Amino acid sequence: MTPEEIKIKDKDIHAFLEVFDDAKSEGDGPLSGKTIAIKDNIMFAEHKVSAGSKILENFIAPYDATVIRKLKEAGALIVGRTNCDEFAMGSSTENSAYGVTRNPYDLERIAGGSSGGSAAVVAAGMVDMALGSDTGGSIRQPAALCGVVGLKPTYGRVSRSGLIAMSSSFDQIGPFAKTVSLVETLYNVIKGQDPMDSTTISDGTYPTIKKFSKTIGIPKNFVESEGVSVEVRKNFAEAVERFRLLGYEIKEIDLPNLKYSLPVYYIIMPAEVSSNLARFDGVKYGMHKDGENGIDDYFQTRGAGFGQEVRRRIILGTYVLSTGYYDEYYGKAVEARHLITKELRELFEKVDIMLTPTTPSPAWKVGEKSNDPLGMYLEDIFTVHANISGCPAISLPSGFVGDSSGNTTSLPLGIELTADLGREDNLFVAGKDFLNETH
Amino acid sequence: MDKEKVLELAKLSRISISDEEAESLSHEFESILNYVSEVKEVSNSPRKDLGEFETRNVMREDNAGHESGIYTEKILNEAPARQDNFIKVKKIL
Repeated sequence: MTPEEIKIKDKDIHAFLEVFDDAKSEGDGPLSGKTIAIKDNIMFAEHKVSAGSKILENFIAPYDATVIRKLKEAGALIVGRTNCDEFAMGSSTENSAYGVTRNPYDLERIAGGSSGGSAAVVAAGMVDMALGSDTGGSIRQPAALCGVVGLKPTYGRVSRSGLIAMSSSFDQIGPFAKTVSLVETLYNVIKGQDPMDSTTISDGTYPTIKKFSKTIGIPKNFVESEGVSVEVRKNFAEAVERFRLLGYEIKEIDLPNLKYSLPVYYIIMPAEVSSNLARFDGVKYGMHKDGENGIDDYFQTRGAGFGQEVRRRIILGTYVLSTGYYDEYYGKAVEARHLITKELRELFEKVDIMLTPTTPSPAWKVGEKSNDPLGMYLEDIFTVHANISGCPAISLPSGFVGDSSGNTTSLPLGIELTADLGREDNLFVAGKDFLNETH
Repeated sequence: MDKEKVLELAKLSRISISDEEAESLSHEFESILNYVSEVKEVSNSPRKDLGEFETRNVMREDNAGHESGIYTEKILNEAPARQDNFIKVKKIL
């Protein structure tokens, strides 16, 4: 599509914050001839990047993120930046300071989040592929709700140099596309150790121990948690049956600590958010709002520049890190994080993949959960374990369902495959099998 | 958690919020903290079993990363107030 065609198509969806009129392909490589959109928290030199926030409304990226440099070298055409929840905090893009992105399959509904714009532009066919970031499910959840493929790579696999930080022990950049093959191609372009990000890993960091053996583990009690909709359960059972017919061995597994993933996430993430977002002070860059004195400038700038959800998480993070509560919350969460990781790594000695739904329900209506922060957080139940452990996980489209009120609307759903640290290869093999793609 | 506690935390966070927002946050925090408190049930595992998670520092030589001055204009242009090659702030003392 030309920039004009994209703008017309995007009018009702509002997935793009900006379509670049001057887009040009610079290199020649595996992405030549392909169009790509980038989430509005990845720096593309000389272009605006706002992280969906008023506080960075007119910020111009002074340099290219490492992933952008790699996209250029690979010949991709970067056509625009996509809407997201403010600083990637949310599950619906309703927290963007620039308006909500609507689901291409039903404009009354959310596209998911936080990388909702990136999922929607791929689903609507406006671009071939997109980049998002995933801190607790922000690639996989919108991919599922928009019916596309989305991958969160192993922690450290993709450089975060030039990604606006949210929660640094969880954040990871990853690809969206309509097929596993194209997701794999894009993943191969953006991955790799980077001197600009000391948390990146080398190919040798996680040596391959177990050969792929077509075995899948299903945490049955977890999948049947309270709050998982009937439609999701039925769709998931069909996906399991499909893997069985493809010759996969299905094992029921029990990970007793997996259920603590979400509480762990909603302690550690706000703690890191409160630290990372201290840099927005109205002095160095971004919005400035004048107060009575230097200190009051901070209060006024941050009070006016940050949206409601960002304020909520910074203040909550300040609480869980404060004297007297640190051990009770943050300390316990770090212990539990280790236990969950250990359980998952031991599981992957026995099976190649853990299979769950990606989301507990299909896309909800815009505004439906706006006044219920905890209800919104519970939407992340099936995705946060991958960020807590660092394991790679992919969401695959698994068909369409109606919603619980019996509407005839066809809403996409996704299933999620999680693999051991460093084993994206297993996700690609099983993903192509599931979607009937050639290897 | 009460409104006063939230206002105190907002002060520590350097964020100006209204009394109404503090009141509503205090209720939301009650339900969120009640939910995340589930982690307290997790039995403590001795750290020695978890040696593989020990963090390590990543060091590098303290070299100049790029030619001096090439980003100066771009970065200073983003500052809300500037004077020559300095970021301008209010008088502190």
